[in-house]
Amino acid sequence: MLVLGIETSCDETAAALVTDKREICANVVLSQLDEHAPYGGIVPEIAARSHIEHLDGLIARAMKDAGATFGDLDGVAATAGPGLIGAVMVGLMTGKAVAGVHDLPFAAVNHLEGHALSARLGDADLEFPYLLLLISGGHCQLLLVEGVAKYKRLGTTIDDAAGEAFDKAAKLLGLGYPGGPAIERAAKGGDAARFDLPRPLKGRKGCDFSFSGLKTALLHKVQALEDGLDNTLRADLAASFQQAVADVVIDRCQNAIKSFRAAYPDGRFLVAGGGVVANSLLRARLKTLAEKSGLSLALPPLALCTDNAAMIAWAGIERLSLGLEEDLNAVPRARWPLDSTAAPPPGVGRAGKLGPKA
Amino acid sequence: MSTLLALDSLDATEALAARLANMTESGDIIGLAGELGAGKTAFARAFIGARLGIREVPSPTFTLVQVYENDNGGAPVWHFDLYRLEHGEEIFELGIEDAFDTAICLIEWPEKMAEHGPENWLELRLLPGDTEHARRAQLTPHGTRAAHLAQLLAAPDG
Repeated sequence: MLVLGIETSCDETAAALVTDKREICANVVLSQLDEHAPYGGIVPEIAARSHIEHLDGLIARAMKDAGATFGDLDGVAATAGPGLIGAVMVGLMTGKAVAGVHDLPFAAVNHLEGHALSARLGDADLEFPYLLLLISGGHCQLLLVEGVAKYKRLGTTIDDAAGEAFDKAAKLLGLGYPGGPAIERAAKGGDAARFDLPRPLKGRKGCDFSFSGLKTALLHKVQALEDGLDNTLRADLAASFQQAVADVVIDRCQNAIKSFRAAYPDGRFLVAGGGVVANSLLRARLKTLAEKSGLSLALPPLALCTDNAAMIAWAGIERLSLGLEEDLNAVPRARWPLDSTAAPPPGVGRAGKLGPKA
Repeated sequence: MSTLLALDSLDATEALAARLANMTESGDIIGLAGELGAGKTAFARAFIGARLGIREVPSPTFTLVQVYENDNGGAPVWHFDLYRLEHGEEIFELGIEDAFDTAICLIEWPEKMAEHGPENWLELRLLPGDTEHARRAQLTPHGTRAAHLAQLLAAPDG
């Protein structure tokens, strides 16, 4: 089975061709391409317009990379949300058009489901159920992945996503963008114990995350410096911040592992996905945690951790293999929780009143 | 003309947000200015909580805008974060004009709109206070409706 995947839910315009034998025949992401010239020389920022300009060319490029024609396809999968609605619409409509014209089965994929299943694209032995930490610039969630289309959300961020916290911390420290790699570089050789930063929600019940207060605490440390920032202070602040984020994530994961164990005593895998998984301190801490908990840690290759279309094609393959085909009436959705039954974080809000990123 | 309000604690900031939330109506535009960590998103969270009873208000930095519908038929609240925008005209790709007409808009980093912004809006700039959790709110109205809102907010028992 050869499936075309399309992803346009945020900044990245992406197309990929993947087979049910886990072969990635093509995987192109516009913002990572070296040669932007044929596509107008622009890295897409926010714009639906930018997706429109580039998506057709990108699909053609993916088909060429794979040496395939539309006649070779067995299905089409496109992200239908959650995301910026105008952006989602471009990929979804393009996917439906390809499926409609070539009379192919179509899968409308939840972007989060793409992340949730991507580890299985790289690892045939990764079986359901597993515990998933999804940690990126836009999301921070813990999910029980029980099977295709069977997800239980254990917790989510109530304010900033982890990657966003890294970006903002890097900005406060005068480091570059994206913030994750910048903080990690700056933290090398820094003293993580020098600055006392809070660990929001650590030790509390549940699996929710909060990072906004941590960012503000970092700001106050920076403001309190009498002679301003120098490289040693930057390194120590970056290291202290990174340590605090890792501590919070590990604490929340510990609670999630308890819930996972209670639901599935024989469950074997902890999976981490999303761009923040690139952080080596977090990877090391997750590895230790998994070992201590008797779980195997599965980390998808980094190219599959950040936003890409191969994970969308793969989720499409998983869905289509189970007959979970959509008709062409699937609508784009700005908000689309993977687990529609998820309760709001404890102590906040009323049932059924979740924010859009839920 | 700007008005400066002292906010001694997070509670005071949230109370101000709640009072503003209950004064606003469809078409009102509030620009939340201030540096990183000033409390813009916390203010927006308190505003949306007070108005719509929604407590889970994630930062819209990544998604640029989050829309909160009003189940009781009132105006929805659009919560923008323009931090990542590079050019003012990019706001139009977010559907911001529709929101100006039909919703209550909370806009973080309103200065990113540059000359493309609306004529009538209330700028609420959060400035550091004397202590870690204290802030000062600087109100700068643009247009008569915003001036009215600023006056109500500044009134001690408003």
